[in-house]
Amino acid sequence: MKRFWSCAAFGLGVCYFFLPLVGMLEFSLKMRRGSYSLDAYASVLGDPQFQATFAYSTMMALLTIVFGVLIVVPTVYWVRLKLPRLRPVIEFITLLPLVIPPIVIVFGYIRLFNTSSWLPLTGSSSGTNLLLMLGYSVLSLPYMYRAVDTGLAAIDLRTLTEAAQSLGAGWVTVLARVILPNVLVAVLSGAFLTFAIVIGEYVFAALLDRPAFGPYLVWAGGNKAYEPAALAVMTFALTWGCMALIQLVPRLFKHQRAQR
Amino acid sequence: MMPSSFRATWRQLPWNWLGVAPFLIFAALFLLWPTLNIVTGAFFNADGDLTLQNLGNLFAPEILNAFSLSIRLSLASAVIGCLIGFAIALAVCLGGLPPGLRAATMTFSGVASNFAGVPLSFAYVATLGRVGFVTMLLRDWFGVNIYALGFNMISFWGLTMTYVFFQIPLMVLIITPAIDGLKREWREAAEVLGATNAQYWRMVALPVLWPSLLGTLALLFANAFGAVATAIALTGSLLSIAPILLFNQIRGDVLQDPHLGYALAFGMIVITGVSNGLYIVMRSRAERWMK
Repeated sequence: MKRFWSCAAFGLGVCYFFLPLVGMLEFSLKMRRGSYSLDAYASVLGDPQFQATFAYSTMMALLTIVFGVLIVVPTVYWVRLKLPRLRPVIEFITLLPLVIPPIVIVFGYIRLFNTSSWLPLTGSSSGTNLLLMLGYSVLSLPYMYRAVDTGLAAIDLRTLTEAAQSLGAGWVTVLARVILPNVLVAVLSGAFLTFAIVIGEYVFAALLDRPAFGPYLVWAGGNKAYEPAALAVMTFALTWGCMALIQLVPRLFKHQRAQR
Repeated sequence: MMPSSFRATWRQLPWNWLGVAPFLIFAALFLLWPTLNIVTGAFFNADGDLTLQNLGNLFAPEILNAFSLSIRLSLASAVIGCLIGFAIALAVCLGGLPPGLRAATMTFSGVASNFAGVPLSFAYVATLGRVGFVTMLLRDWFGVNIYALGFNMISFWGLTMTYVFFQIPLMVLIITPAIDGLKREWREAAEVLGATNAQYWRMVALPVLWPSLLGTLALLFANAFGAVATAIALTGSLLSIAPILLFNQIRGDVLQDPHLGYALAFGMIVITGVSNGLYIVMRSRAERWMK
């Protein structure tokens, strides 16, 4: 009886999740009348606007990851080592992007950094790009922080730091050559999550008027028939790839360590 | 040569704080200040006077309707997501299904909870749109035309169904540790005392899980309330929910009063803030049983 109900619940869940996925896959293959084909994918990949926006968002994601790592790793390290009192405060701040709706944050940006303000970031396109990158760093802060914090909790910071310092390493060397390699797995899982978030993000990019992949998706949704389904399949595959890498990376590294 | 008192103060300065300064400056400039700016903007009028008029203007029928629609939408998707997610989590944790299914479910939930926004709405249009996969299947195999029966993707239930897609996996991810926290001893103790299965669930398991369930419901509510991209991609800007109204206001001042926009944003922060606060309170209550 119990098994019957759990099979029923699980089956219901499988239907709910696989029907839309199957639906979008099937729809994306229907561009050519009468037979299944990859025409929609070819049309998407050949669209110069797709190439440009996808490249832009990939670039943004990479910059966001680099900036996120540079700001989060030293902070978590320093708080754990020197200022444990501050930990709840930092943790609270990193949770705020989950509480405050992103649309409100970007609204604040538009108001604060407009052309007549003291920091007119939205006045030039490079300034707006910078602002978008910083905004994405804020959005990914909860995930990046949690990933790095878990990674740093697993290693003995004090001993590693003292050992490195007694060998003459300065702070930058300690962070870059001792701490970072030790938490690389955690950093990478935060990085893949950041990538998955940034690549299809819509609200920030649309309201800051940047040529990113998210606004392109919405445009395609309103103007094309079969391409949106193909784009959805590709985005889903990308998200899936990022999550698979998060699961895979620790295993690869463990393997390496065992061999040594 | 510096005077020694100066050198002493120099050394006593809180240099340790320099290490977190970049983070604090970043958070202050690009997270806290922009938000505070919007919040304070809600309490001032165009001439810079302190006022509650903006918040009062939120009670105009147009805005009240948008908030009410948003709240009902978020609540419906949170409750449905909670119930189905809980059932799936129970099934894979305790239902006697093959253990491999559990790991697969957790991995899939991690992916699906992140598969939101624009692509998700495309998936639903391709499935339940006018010429979607399931629409066609129902028409050709069962002779049921759901659009003739009044179904529409750009509607309350269409949007709710789409939101549920990312609500269920989130529920599964959060509630599974709580279900794992149910100790086998409790069940055995209940059985020794003569409890039936139903009594065990009603008097032991559910009271223990209650804070987790309620907390997750609050979190799912906030999650749906802040979702903008899915709704915009699905409905254009047709369905007037609070985040879409704010989006249109930022784009083109459709309310003809910037300060009303700030009040709208403030209202959204209050709602997501309260529900996230509820989640945190409930989680700390739930953790009492997790030791």
